Amino acid sequence: MSPREQFTAFYTILYREIRRFMRIWIQTLVPPAITIVLYFVIFGSLIGSRIGQMDGFSYMQFVVPGLIMMAVMTNSYSNVVSSFFGAKFQHSVEELLVSPVPNYIILLGFTLGGVARGLMVGLSVTLLSLFFTELHIYNLPVMVAIVLLTAMLFSLMGFINAVYAESFDDISIIPTFVLTPLIYLGGVFYSISLLPEFWAGVSKANPVLYMVNAFRYGVLGISDINISWAFTMIIFFVVVAFLFSLHLLNSGKGLRQ
Amino acid sequence: MTSALKIRQLAKQYDGGFEALKGIDLTVEPGDFFALLGPNGAGKSTTIGVICSLVNKTSGSVEVFGHNIDTHFSLAKQKIGVVPQEFNFNNFEKVIDILITQAGYYGIPSSLARQRAEKYLKKLGIWDKRDVPSRNLSGGMKRRLMIARALVHEPELLILDEPTAGVDIELRRSMWTFLEEINQAGRTIILTTHYLEEAEQLCRNIAIIDQGVIVENTSMKSLLQTLQKETFIFDISETLDLDFALGGYGCKVIGENNLEVSLAKEQNLNALFQRLSDAGLTVTSMRNKSNRLEELFVNLVETQTDDKVEEAEEE
Ligand SMILES: Nc1ncnc2c1ncn2[C@@H]1O[C@H](COP(=O)(O)OP(=O)(O)O)[C@@H](O)[C@H]1O
Ligand SMILES: [Mg+2]
Repeated sequence: MSPREQFTAFYTILYREIRRFMRIWIQTLVPPAITIVLYFVIFGSLIGSRIGQMDGFSYMQFVVPGLIMMAVMTNSYSNVVSSFFGAKFQHSVEELLVSPVPNYIILLGFTLGGVARGLMVGLSVTLLSLFFTELHIYNLPVMVAIVLLTAMLFSLMGFINAVYAESFDDISIIPTFVLTPLIYLGGVFYSISLLPEFWAGVSKANPVLYMVNAFRYGVLGISDINISWAFTMIIFFVVVAFLFSLHLLNSGKGLRQ
Repeated sequence: MTSALKIRQLAKQYDGGFEALKGIDLTVEPGDFFALLGPNGAGKSTTIGVICSLVNKTSGSVEVFGHNIDTHFSLAKQKIGVVPQEFNFNNFEKVIDILITQAGYYGIPSSLARQRAEKYLKKLGIWDKRDVPSRNLSGGMKRRLMIARALVHEPELLILDEPTAGVDIELRRSMWTFLEEINQAGRTIILTTHYLEEAEQLCRNIAIIDQGVIVENTSMKSLLQTLQKETFIFDISETLDLDFALGGYGCKVIGENNLEVSLAKEQNLNALFQRLSDAGLTVTSMRNKSNRLEELFVNLVETQTDDKVEEAEEE
């Protein structure tokens, strides 16, 4: 396929992905907004007002960037895992397999579809947060870059999950048993400086910590970890996840008999 | 001239170890209307799956208009349009979106895709359903949607896997007409079926596959000449004796009023009716015992066994 045809194919996949989550917005866009607003109300306003300051900011200001990232991560992930597993389940993935689209275009299309959903939910949650607190912007490029990379990484992980999944159970196991703990323990709700030294050290093995802190740095200018180190790690994970996903697609794992 | 399809020594062993294809060879020339005929489980869908990259082959090679599907997959895939046996579109998408999206996968921009979608949906008579989610279509409409989808990038080779299974007679006829038109316009068509009648109606050349082996590959005409005998069941108004027989005909009483008669190729029905009348029997109705494909298989298998016996005798 010529580069131009490849671009058309990429755009087609991306557009179809966006059309999918817009069509079912009641399932894809509304619930995360409601969940996050509940977090704002409960952790930010009700409990947060009793917590006092965290790293020199009110608890509400501290927790909002973490909650925005939580929304981006879970939505990017679930978009790709549902869409790609759904395509496998209905066999409509065969439409792609019989076509001349190269695998990296398929992967990019699904990944950026997940990024689009992550951004969309992230943005709406950010706007909703304005009802609860004022939004600082300490470093916009860092904010944007980290959201994009994070959304990409979680989209790719959703893709890998979908490739291995053989039933609907398989697409909820990883989010429940792996992602949720990582996110809750990844510095969304607290600074790891509160933890005993040992658990602070353990927390540093959690990739989510780097994403949440780098984003919080972009918003508030504070972070538990070094920002360039955070970027290096995240980019490294994105590249590895991309190459691994591409390898899975090339091998036909879960797609071709 | 390069063949539209050239399959050499194609073998497929599924993960469980089952050998679905045992090294088949198949050649289809451009412009042909070709039937791949065989009973359920023969390996037809597996063959098609390999041709259009839905099944990983175990060994062998496949070329589509001279493009190897492994080394030049992009060129090969551009040439193929496939209508699979099972519905495989997104149930929640609208008909028109399914077509435009599919065209996009082939690099066709949406303005052109829209024109093509309109053209083929109209030809197949489902243009008025374009904004309906595909799950709300009837079975026959879904089948036609898949045909339109396979044509939207205007492939030179159209492959249909049992396109008329579960389709009512009227629609089946109109699909046949449509496929004949497409073929006359120069497109090569390969169709799998387990009805000999369908292949007979449409196809010029034919291969018969059974248990992963091609047992016959010839023109439709010469194949039909090998049909040695046909079996009919007659409903008779009189009560038959269990040991009723008609000299010269293979004949069996299968019920008080039912008679089964095998007719060899050189025998004709007129003479048979004459004999039945002479025996004082009144035929009220008749039908074919089985579909002729089954008889064809019986013939083919019998011939092969005979050959083997002869070979054994010569040794
Ligand atoms: N995924 C699979 N795993 C194992 N065996 C399979 C699979 N798909 C098909 N088969 C077997 O391969 C044989 C050929 O199947 P298929 O090509 O679908 O036949 P046909 O289309 O001629 O009815 C059948 O015996 C079938 O059970
Ligand atoms: Mg089949």
